[in-house]
Amino acid sequence: MSLWINIKRVARYGFIGFIRNGFISLSAILIMTITLFVLAGLMISDAALNATLVQLKEKVDVNVYFVTAATESQIMDVKKSLEALPEVALVTYASRDDALAQFRERHKNDQLTIQALDELNDNPLGAVLSVRAKETSQYEAIAKFLDAQQASGAPGGAAIDRVNFYQNQTAIDRLTGIIDTSKRLGTAIALFLGIASVLIAFNTIRLAIYTARDEIGVMNLVGANRWYVRGPFMIGGVLYGVASAVIVLLLLYPFTLWLGPASERFFGTFNVFSYYVDTFPSLFLIVMASGIALGALSSFLAVRRYLSK
Amino acid sequence: MIYYDKVTKIYGGGEHAVEDITLGIEAGEFVSLVGHSGAGKTTLLKLLFAEVLPTEGAVYFGSRDIGGLSNGELLRLRRNIGTIFQDFRLLPTKTVYENIAFALEVAGKSDEDIRADVPHVLDLVGLPDKMWSFPGHLSGGEQQRVAIARAIVNQPEVLIADEPTGNLDPINTHDVVEILKKINDLGTTVILATHNKSVVDSIKRRVVTMDQGRVVRDDKSGKYVI
Repeated sequence: MSLWINIKRVARYGFIGFIRNGFISLSAILIMTITLFVLAGLMISDAALNATLVQLKEKVDVNVYFVTAATESQIMDVKKSLEALPEVALVTYASRDDALAQFRERHKNDQLTIQALDELNDNPLGAVLSVRAKETSQYEAIAKFLDAQQASGAPGGAAIDRVNFYQNQTAIDRLTGIIDTSKRLGTAIALFLGIASVLIAFNTIRLAIYTARDEIGVMNLVGANRWYVRGPFMIGGVLYGVASAVIVLLLLYPFTLWLGPASERFFGTFNVFSYYVDTFPSLFLIVMASGIALGALSSFLAVRRYLSK
Repeated sequence: MIYYDKVTKIYGGGEHAVEDITLGIEAGEFVSLVGHSGAGKTTLLKLLFAEVLPTEGAVYFGSRDIGGLSNGELLRLRRNIGTIFQDFRLLPTKTVYENIAFALEVAGKSDEDIRADVPHVLDLVGLPDKMWSFPGHLSGGEQQRVAIARAIVNQPEVLIADEPTGNLDPINTHDVVEILKKINDLGTTVILATHNKSVVDSIKRRVVTMDQGRVVRDDKSGKYVI
């Protein structure tokens, strides 16, 4: 008899069992839906956390203030040497005029300051280089490099008035700590929730198959081979996974749509609905593949227990 | 055809279920195994389809030692031994048709053969109109007849019946025994374990009596005597 006929028969019994054991199928699907929802939730919250951390990192920089007498070429020397550092992600140059314009913009509601500024004949502000590091932990190394430049007496170094890293050091250190802790905590929570929900889903399927243990015994007795016994239960497990994945993916649409504006307010720029829409193909693949793998593997292991020689 | 060679079976708790049994059964025989509950009848039958293996001795089917069979050989052996039990052991989520078809499918029969054989065997056990019922919707007697149909549909050489009438009323008991006799007349070896005296006396064939795990009596044309 061909393998194809066997596969067709196993698949048919899998579908029939799934439909006829409606109540058991429903319970398994409900539990797996919760598991897959937790999984999708973990993916989304991980993305939200990462987006927030990236955003926070972007807000941190070190400013190099130059003396008002610094020439453009001195500033460009420092800019080039900074850009050559592997730790540096971006260096932005603001000329004296830019710095003045930014100052005016920042204090536009502070008439007293603006008046004081107007009374000065000359622009009191020096040019500024804003340095952004690849990691927040690297700012100290950059600040030390600038100190060395200043101390070396090189033309560019001599033009540096001050570097604001040391004023910001506590905030930067704290942020680095928060980022590290959030990442570690996020991984630990994801791991814990992931394992717990997988175990619950596995146990539910095991219970579903426990109710069919006599049936498995009868199949053994009439001489069915292992795959003929196991196959329909594995098909059932796959169907639990597919049904749960479809429910989760459908539920995520209204859920993320509802949560979208709130998430944007809370995280800054991260909108869960946009994330759901933009990453739907990969979300679909991961949720569906996890559901199928969880269902099939749980069934495989659960049936193994009742298969005799 | 079947030979128990000095077979002893001791279960995990140290309980001797059968002890030093030597017994031969010829092809085409109808053997009734009788004895009190716990005499070892069921264990003797389980040894034949290798649901349990002997602690000592060997069980032969033809010339093959059942204990030494590979997985594949064991599956083929089981397809060649039909089994029926007191609790019917039907697949509850499958229809009568599917229950019987399942035994044919695992034996590798084609869909055409299955479509022809299932109605035929249901005719034989008197249930042609219950093909699409589920076991839960049938009476005990009807369920046992479905179990018999499943057991014989592959035309096995041996049919093992372990207390098949234990849950049945006298009329259904009579019907089941008549079906077993008919199957035996068609050439299948039947081994019936029972403690129903009237059943054994009505068959009037070989009776093997067991007590405390041993064969204490073997009458070629016997009656129920304990």
